[in-house]
Order: sequence, then C-alpha cells, then structure tokens
Amino acid sequence: MTNIAISATRLDVQSCIDWAMSPQSGGIDVFIGTVRQMTRGKAVRRLEFEAYENMALHEMEKIAIAAASKWPVDKILIHHRTGSLEVGEVPVVIVVSAAHRDAAFDACRYAIDTLKQTVPIWKKEVFEDGAQWVAAHP
Amino acid sequence: MTLTILAFGVAKDILGGSSVRLDSDKELTIGQLKSELERSYPELCRLTSFAFAVNNEYAGAEQVIREHDEIAIIPPVSGG
Repeated sequence: MTNIAISATRLDVQSCIDWAMSPQSGGIDVFIGTVRQMTRGKAVRRLEFEAYENMALHEMEKIAIAAASKWPVDKILIHHRTGSLEVGEVPVVIVVSAAHRDAAFDACRYAIDTLKQTVPIWKKEVFEDGAQWVAAHP
Repeated sequence: MTLTILAFGVAKDILGGSSVRLDSDKELTIGQLKSELERSYPELCRLTSFAFAVNNEYAGAEQVIREHDEIAIIPPVSGG
C-alpha cells in the first residue's frame, strides 16, 4: 500500500508514522529530511522547493511500487514539501513498514536515494548574500 | 504547430517564465527541440545537464513530439 503526497504546508511526521502502522509489521523505518543550517561553509537562510507536481507524484509512486516489488514491505509513504522552509523544517518524510527490519531499512534507503535522482523537485538555497539552484551548474 | 514548454527551477530563470511557446512548421523530436532551445537560450548549455519530460515521463532524444503533448524542461533535480 502506498501513500504519496506533495504538500505546501507542514508535514506531520507522527501522522505519517501512524498511517504506516499495521498488525503484520514488525518494524517501521522512517527517514526525515531536515533543512541544514550550513552548506559548503555558508549559512542558509531558507530553502525554496518547487515541484513539477503531476510528474513528481507519478515518479514518487513509481519509486514506492518499485520498492514494494524489490523488498517484502507492508506500507510505503513518501511525502514532500514545496514552498519556503527554514532551518530545522522538514522537506521530506519517508516511512516504510515491514514484517522484518532489513526490508524496511533497504526500501527506505532506496526510496530516498532514488527520489533525489529522479523526482522533478528543485531546491534553491537562499543565503544572506544571494541564492542558487542546487546542482544546476557544474 | 505551436508547442508550449514548461520550465522549472533554474530553467524558469533562464527562459524568463514558467512556460515558453515555440512555433514549428515541421515535426520535432526532443533532440531537435533541445537544439532549438539551446540556440535561443545559450545559458542552458552552462547547466550540468537537462532532460525533457513528455506527458509526465522522461523522454529520450529520439521521441517525436505530438501536437498536444505536455512538454517540460527538467534541469538537474535536487529534491529531498
């Protein structure tokens, strides 16, 4: 079972975990992305996230389906934020429940690694003295 | 035909808006569209890379564009 969303408002980690609970599951693996203060020695004021929403949802669903076909997991949730986020806020939550922990850890790792490679979402780092789109230029 | 190309992230800055229109009197492939855009917006060539999506799927250079396809420029993604 999958639960995919893109949200312009705060992600509620506890309700993400509650959704993944199931009597068959022996464990839940959770990845919470957080906005880091420093990047390459510079202080970040905020991150601005933009998504190509229809395609991003489609790619996130593909990741969840692929993870569920690779590992014996019960439920997979992938939620991502858009908009402006300050240090300590949460841009992404991934929750995987499974009967046994290996599958939950592996599927969760796969989901965040693949999301970073394929899902059309972009972040702009805003500093005191300017801003830049991450990974745009070599 | 007139194509509308959606732009996101750094591509939106380079194209000067969230979409651009492009008229073509012949059928175009994604590869040909890429060359057209690089000619009109040379700054695209300075990006690490950029891909295209057609109707919400990544598209290869050989893919032929149809009249009502939804086309998007996908600069390097950086979610998470």
